[in-house]
Parts: sequence; structure tokens; C-alpha cells
Amino acid sequence: MTRPTPSTDPATPEQRTPLLAAYGLRKSFGLTQALSTASLSMEEGEIVALMGPSGSGKSTFLHCLAGVVRPDAGRVDYAGTDLARAPDARLSALRRTEFGFLFQFGQLVPELSCLENVALPLRLNGRRRRTAEREAARLMERLDVGDVARKRPGECSGGQGQRVAAARALVTRPRVIFADEPTGSLDSLNGEKVLRLLTDTARESGASVLLVTHEPRVAAYSDREVVVRDGRTPEIGGGR
Amino acid sequence: MSSLGPAFLGLLETRPQHGYDLKRAYDEHFATKSPLAYGQVYATLSRLLKNGLVEVAATETGSGPERKRYAVTDAGVTDVEQWLGRPESPEPYLQSTLYTKVVLALLTGRPAEEILDVQRAEHLQQMRALTRRKADGDLGDQLICDHALFHLEADLRWLDLTAARLDELSGEVRDR
Repeated sequence: MTRPTPSTDPATPEQRTPLLAAYGLRKSFGLTQALSTASLSMEEGEIVALMGPSGSGKSTFLHCLAGVVRPDAGRVDYAGTDLARAPDARLSALRRTEFGFLFQFGQLVPELSCLENVALPLRLNGRRRRTAEREAARLMERLDVGDVARKRPGECSGGQGQRVAAARALVTRPRVIFADEPTGSLDSLNGEKVLRLLTDTARESGASVLLVTHEPRVAAYSDREVVVRDGRTPEIGGGR
Repeated sequence: MSSLGPAFLGLLETRPQHGYDLKRAYDEHFATKSPLAYGQVYATLSRLLKNGLVEVAATETGSGPERKRYAVTDAGVTDVEQWLGRPESPEPYLQSTLYTKVVLALLTGRPAEEILDVQRAEHLQQMRALTRRKADGDLGDQLICDHALFHLEADLRWLDLTAARLDELSGEVRDR
């Protein structure tokens, strides 16, 4: 007797609500159209690489998905909110509490120590200095930069700086981390260390990561890739 | 040329060994996919014996089958030294299957871009598997995976470059 097996037919996938999804985004800057029809859907805890050549629109796409840039048309669903239409205050709150950001150059505040930099998002959310710094220190140890806690960003190597920035992106325990070419300024060895620690820590905390990159070796740390070409992505279902 | 022979010679240079120990040492240092088959071990050893690159240093008879301990000869040491000093010929991949597929697709009016997309996904899938393996491996494993990863990445760069120039290539192919 054969036991019935769960269906794996791609036509009848398990219906799960995506954590973050964009449908048919369009965005122009003046006469330049950055996005024409860009769509993407991410599950909770998923690591997705957004790939494509320079100028393909992948960074604009990331900014729209993160509520940093408003698209001209289309919808961005995040936990029941359409980020394309949400008020600025709601977007700022999301960016402070539920989203984490990591860019090619760490964008750390040069006047603050590394520990203060990592603790900063928690302080902005109203946490006391001591608890914020304790949490920041724990995460810095995890990312192997505990020893530069008292140093300023200018006194760190590039790889250390990016790991400090990664710690800052993770410190609020965000549900989504937006990383735009996070290893673009690093050599292979340091780049890998940043990626491995970033993705490991994200997986441990269940955070999703949207990783913009044009490098295949970086994309290999993701669960799947979405390719952006001339502001377009392959279509996905679910748009209205 | 297979690297099995020179690898055996080098391992024997560290100390004389039985076939079984040699296989174990090889698997530990170099085996990437599956361990060496015994048939391969003894076929290689008998070829090296025939060519005078190894010799039987001792034969032990016990309760089981007799066991031979092999040692590298002077000629064997010279051989491995020459092999190490000789650069590997860089593989040029001048007429790759992928290129043939792309041109054929363009000639027959099929979507060449899809071929490149499918190949990109396949390459990335392989790169993910290697990246995961690297995370669990020791330094040797990491370096073996890195070698494969850099090669796959080179292919992917070619895929992207070709994708960006498909229109141009399409025109050229049709004009020929």
C-alpha cells in the first residue's frame, strides 16, 4: 500500500502570506526610468539576492521595498501596510524598529565609538544607554568586533567597520535587513567574513535579508535570486 | 593528466606506506566527491611500479592476504618534482557548449536569453551548495570550494556579458 504524499505540484503551492512583497513598481527620476515593472515576494526568514548589472535598477528597487523611496506606481505590502502609500511617520517608525540597513560603506558616525554606533538605533528607540550598550556589545562579540568597541570607526579596518555596521543593522532585531552591496568595498576574505556572520546571525534571529549584489559569490549566500534587468523583474502572482 | 600518480608519489615521499594507508591519506587530503576506489589505488600503484617510480619496500605475510609496503624511488621523487614545477595549461574554453547553444538559439529564432537565465540559475544553485559546504568544512575544504566557486563565477560573468550583448550577437549571427 502506498501512503499518499503531500502534493509538490508547483501549481498548488502552500499559500503563505509573504512578509514583504512588491507588485508592478514603477519609478522614474526625471526622464530616467529606474523601474518599469518590478515585483518581488519574500517569506519570513528568507534570504533573497537581488542581482543585475549596474544601472539595472536594483538599488532603487531596494529603496522602494524599504520605504525609503516612494514608487510612482505599484504596491509594496509589508505586514498589512502598503509602504507606497503609508504616511512618512509610519515609514520612519518601520525603518527604526523593523528594518535594518547595511550599505557598501558602513556609514558609521565618525565621532562616536563603535559601541555607541551599534547602540544608536536602540537609543533612538528610547532604550537606556546601559541596556542599549549591553545589547550592542553582545552583538559585536557575535560579529567578532568586540575588541574595537571603544575605538572610533576611523581606527578600524574596512572589514571591521563593515562588521560594526552589520551589528548596527541587526541590533534592533529587525524582521528585514536591507543590504546594498555590503561587501563591495572589501577584499574577498573580509567580504566573506561579513557575509557569513551577517547571514548566520540573520538566520539565528529569523530575520529576512534582501541582498543587493552584482557578485555571484555574494548571491551564493542567499536562498534564491531575483534578477533585475532594465528596471524589470520576472512577474510574480498576487498583484492587483 | 591525472594527478593521482604524482599525489601517490608525494605521499610516499613522506614515508613508505601500504596501499590501504595511501588510499586513506589521499582521501583525507584530496578526495572532493567520493573516496578513491581500491581498484584505482592498485591500478595506479602497479603502473608506478612498472615505470620504476615506486618499489616494494617490504612484503608482510600474516593471517590474511600478504601486504606490500611501497616506497618511492629516486626516479619517482624526480617525477613528482617535475610535475610540481610544470605549470598546468590554463584551459581556454574557446568553444564552449554554452556559446554553441546561444548561437544555435539565435540562428533558429529561439529565446537565447532564457538559455542564459536557466544556466545562471543552475550555476548559482551549485555555488550555493559549495558555499554551504565551505561553512562546515576545514580550511582544505574551503580552499577546494573556493577554487570551484571562482571558476563558476567566471562563467557567470561571461553569461552576464553575453546577455548584455545578445542583440549585437544576434545581428552578427544573422549576417554571416
